[in-house]
Amino acid sequence: MKLPFAASPAERRLLTEGRLSGPMPWVIAIMMFLTVLAAAGGLALNHAARNVTGSIAQRITVQIVEANPDLREQQTRAAITALRGLDGVREIVRVPDAEIDALIEPWIGAAGDEEGIPVPTMIDADLTEEAHARLELVEEAVIAAAPSARVDDHAQFLAPLAGLIGSLTWLALALVLLTASALAASVILAVRAALNTHRATIEVLHLMGATDVQIARLFQRRIALDALLGGIVGFLCAIIVLLLLGQRIGAVGSELLGSARLPLTAWFILALLPIVGAVMSTLVARFTVIGVLRKML
Amino acid sequence: MAAPMATTIAQFENVGLRYGTGAETLSDVSFSLDGGGFYFLTGPSGAGKTSLLKLLYLALRPSRGLIRLFDEDVVTLPRDRLPGFRRRIGVVFQDFRLVPHLSAFDNIALPLRVAGVEEEELATPVNEMLAWVGLSDRASARPATLSGGEQQRVAIARAVIGRPEILIADEPTGNVDPEMAARLLHLFDALNKLGTTLVVATHDIHLLSRVSAAQMMRLEGGRLSDPTGALRNPPRESQSGRRRKPNA
Repeated sequence: MKLPFAASPAERRLLTEGRLSGPMPWVIAIMMFLTVLAAAGGLALNHAARNVTGSIAQRITVQIVEANPDLREQQTRAAITALRGLDGVREIVRVPDAEIDALIEPWIGAAGDEEGIPVPTMIDADLTEEAHARLELVEEAVIAAAPSARVDDHAQFLAPLAGLIGSLTWLALALVLLTASALAASVILAVRAALNTHRATIEVLHLMGATDVQIARLFQRRIALDALLGGIVGFLCAIIVLLLLGQRIGAVGSELLGSARLPLTAWFILALLPIVGAVMSTLVARFTVIGVLRKML
Repeated sequence: MAAPMATTIAQFENVGLRYGTGAETLSDVSFSLDGGGFYFLTGPSGAGKTSLLKLLYLALRPSRGLIRLFDEDVVTLPRDRLPGFRRRIGVVFQDFRLVPHLSAFDNIALPLRVAGVEEEELATPVNEMLAWVGLSDRASARPATLSGGEQQRVAIARAVIGRPEILIADEPTGNVDPEMAARLLHLFDALNKLGTTLVVATHDIHLLSRVSAAQMMRLEGGRLSDPTGALRNPPRESQSGRRRKPNA
């Protein structure tokens, strides 16, 4: 069966140039390289944003800022009890004193509480989405039980970071669209140049009764092959760069940078890009050829 | 007994053609072509012969007037219906227009491939055409390696292989010696006898005298004329077009 997009071997001979001839496949390879990098950046940032916001965005930290250690301990227990009594509080963890000491050690040294500096106790609580939406009720209940309590919403200090990650994700998407547009523009230019080169043959074919679709098939097949081969080359180069970059990021050991890794679905999406590029190029070639031919009789 | 009425295969009525904003290349051209007829189109260089042929093989649309082909108005014919009409017309171009990177075989096979004939059904008719034009041994030769006469014969074979109802040839003997011209004319005559309508543009006087049954059309300054009255068998004018009386 002959596919409507496919040209027969005899039809293919109507155009002289061979596969991977001219700059077109290499232009497509460069475009695909940039597209894959931009898409990978976007997907990694999106994954990081999900990680960051998903894991701690609905978390609160209750600090009991009380100078008297006994009172502080008493209010801490009261706050934990109050939190347990509330709907929508999923998990309550009292941050161990050793962990708090370690956190503040860079600023006040190892002595901490022993030198008379009161260190607040901290309780982390994960809320459901609904409970987080009515945070003021949670705050009221905690303060009623522990008047020295201060409730910090993680979403509040995560907002600028989430905003930045969101902006970068959109920027990556814009870059993907820009490179895709540039790829489409290159295909249009290449097709128009090829149409000019083969104008005499096209006129003869037209006068023999060839339809626009028959002629378009000759060009779109060649562009599809160029786009697929160029796309694979660009994709493989980008993957090598991504793997090397991944190694470097792993070596840094940063948790934030580490969260910007690519999940399996992202690799699958990236692998689709050369195919999408080839299909898009083929369609652009088809519509360009038909558009130009319609101006001829 | 009266001869049966021939079918009108092409009809021009007051056809005018203008390229861009220039003067009319063709003006008030009216004639009818009967199916199975043999027509010569003569006239000096620049008279508009090629333009008239282009209208006939649907490479151009007229600026005004009516053209009917195969009983349909082709002036207003939607563009997507043109291929179907073009497949019924064979054209031998003045400059042959062979596809340079294709062999003689592939050039001749082009109209069949365009018409969607399967590859396995191509070889027999193409080889028959190659034999008919005496080029069986040159089947794999590319146009650049063929002589002018051989290229001409490939062009004719390509124009004929699709069994067109009209064969249009623009100065087919312009590039060949008298012997080859006679041979080509013999090919045209044979085709005509098979029922193909022939329209041959030429200013080769000797050619005109070789086909006694041929009708003549003379173009001068973009108008059909016969000012000398010397042309034999001018084609009838289209019925609704005004008849131009030759100055006898």
